[in-house]
Amino acid sequence: MWTEFALMLLVLANLRLLGGSRLLACISTAAFQGVVLGLLPLTVASWPLDPRIVLLSLLSLLIKGWGLPVLLRKALRETSVNREIQPIVSLNLSLLFGLAVLALSGWLGSRLPLPTSASALGAPVAFFTLFTGLFLVVARRQALTQVLGYLVLENGIFLFGVLFAHSTPWIVEVGVLLDLLVGVFVMGITLFHINRAFDAIDSDRLAQLHDLAVQRPSPTEPTE
Amino acid sequence: MILALLLSPLIVAALVFVLPWPRLRRAMLPLSASIHFLLTLSCHLRSPAAALQGMLALDELGLLFLSTTSTIYLIVSVYTVGFLAREPAGKRRDALSRGVFSNAPETIFIACLSLFLSAMTLVTVSQNFGILWVGIESTTLATAPLIYFHRHNRSLEATWKYLLICSVGIAIALLGTLFLSVAGQLSAHPELGMDLSALLSAAQSMDSAWLRGAFLLMLVGYGTKMGLAPVHSWLPDAHSEAPSAVSALLSGALLNCAFLGILRMQQVLEAAGMGSFGRELLLVFGLLSMLFGALFLIGQSDFKRLLAYSSVEHMGILAVGVGVGDAGVSGALFHMVVHSLAKSLLFLVAGNTLAAYGTRALAEVRGVFAHRPGTGALWLVGLFAIVGSPPFGPFISELVVLRAALSSGQWLVAILFLGALSLAFIGMSGAVLRMVQGSGPAPRLTTPEPWSSLAPPMLLAGLVLLLGVWLPAPLTTLLHDAARALGGGAF
Repeated sequence: MWTEFALMLLVLANLRLLGGSRLLACISTAAFQGVVLGLLPLTVASWPLDPRIVLLSLLSLLIKGWGLPVLLRKALRETSVNREIQPIVSLNLSLLFGLAVLALSGWLGSRLPLPTSASALGAPVAFFTLFTGLFLVVARRQALTQVLGYLVLENGIFLFGVLFAHSTPWIVEVGVLLDLLVGVFVMGITLFHINRAFDAIDSDRLAQLHDLAVQRPSPTEPTE
Repeated sequence: MILALLLSPLIVAALVFVLPWPRLRRAMLPLSASIHFLLTLSCHLRSPAAALQGMLALDELGLLFLSTTSTIYLIVSVYTVGFLAREPAGKRRDALSRGVFSNAPETIFIACLSLFLSAMTLVTVSQNFGILWVGIESTTLATAPLIYFHRHNRSLEATWKYLLICSVGIAIALLGTLFLSVAGQLSAHPELGMDLSALLSAAQSMDSAWLRGAFLLMLVGYGTKMGLAPVHSWLPDAHSEAPSAVSALLSGALLNCAFLGILRMQQVLEAAGMGSFGRELLLVFGLLSMLFGALFLIGQSDFKRLLAYSSVEHMGILAVGVGVGDAGVSGALFHMVVHSLAKSLLFLVAGNTLAAYGTRALAEVRGVFAHRPGTGALWLVGLFAIVGSPPFGPFISELVVLRAALSSGQWLVAILFLGALSLAFIGMSGAVLRMVQGSGPAPRLTTPEPWSSLAPPMLLAGLVLLLGVWLPAPLTTLLHDAARALGGGAF
């Protein structure tokens, strides 16, 4: 029952991420998604709880629900950029896309032969979260939103792992979580550099490198 | 032994932060590379014991990739010492965009290089799909600061693209890994785990739909990192903006590690009796990469991008070789070795040219041989090696792959393979010969070329020539054993 409730919350969070217009709210939504995901292993596991599952749950709560959002908020604060989302695909269209993908994920989840599952909703929600993340990476202009999209993509994969992949040893799970943390950390550092060099974390400005073109001096290059 | 291989670069990475003298810090690079190389050699003599409950072990396939990585890293590390010593400190003007930039701190550069070696070692020794993923993802994180060594806008853009595209790609590979885990749970032994040996023994009874999904996702995910078209878009940018020594390591070692990720999954498919499914997909992606890479070689205006697209083409050859099957597999593995040698050689030489001329534009560099005879001669050797002309190693490996395609009656593959190779030949040789021959404006650097920038590429040139005329028996055995693990045959 709790698992189903958590999965519904994840779907709502995805829709909010797709339709949200303020960056700060989107970061909070991703953090909320992280908290729900951190608690999810506890609802799936059978009593009495295995201490390893509790540890893993705590670790992911800490990283996804607290660490990464704090990092992203700090990036947003220090970069003093436009705090509105700058979509390439409009927000209404994004929501429409979300609904279409939700239907597609439901169909996909019903087609796959799954091992004894905790919930029939699990696979569709995992795929939906995954597609939402991919969409955010592609269809948003700011570099920060792309990091957010990557985070949501990882959330979807994490959800799939928690529900269906029970055979991974804990050292691997911890390694995966740490890699994710360091990954977003490195992306965060790169964001600061981008901001200093271009005065905006707008990945549209990052379009100098391509083939068949002479390198021109860029107007945004600092000349001190 | 395996833990020593993994930890020795990490110790160096930590030491670099406490050593006060820059020269000693730089000397740590070849020192740790030599230790790593000697440890790898000793693994050839005596197979090392497994570690971490069998999750880390060295089989023939891993040993082949580890040896290649270690050799390339050792040679490039010597070049890097000279490169770092010649880099001016403080702010300077960017020759391409006229902006002002400075370098990243040298300690971070050396530490990240060492971390990079450790991460690649982890990839080659992992016998568990989870650890394999952690290793490949760690290589991304360790190399991002290396690409951003020259801190200007272009390298920043390249780093960002690299980080984002590869992270998303590798996330997709993680999903593939989870699919594999589900396939294992649906087999006759639900408590299988993710160890390669366990998966191989139970592969027959696994669910085929999930296995197919797992292979597809890993092919796309690790293929992004390997630079297979059409998901190669980060590769030309990162290779052209990174310092040349780093580009040499990216092409010569990193792409191979991602390839190993795909090969491990292909091993599972072979054991499940679904090898042909994987081989067909590899053929499609491989031929696409070959044609794509070759087309972008023609009319390329930047010599480092030229080499980068050549890497895309050669990654295609590796995929095609495995896709052809039988002797093609050992041909592909041999090609992996010789391509690493030849491409690192070319990137180091490109670094010398860039340092001398201050430009990467093919049109502005003329008569290298007249002005810088050492670099010019090495360009020619590298060119002949990479386009697969005799007597260099790539000639043999490409011939083996072609013969395997013909003898199994895959005519269309053979024709496309030859077509792409000829296109690449035209593109590469036209560009490089124009640059090397004739006369042109003198380079801005007129001092004689230092040995540290000539000896490493010379050594690589010697090795790629040697492997073309003489294959040592231990290497042949290793290649054949590794190919057999993938369901291939001897050449």
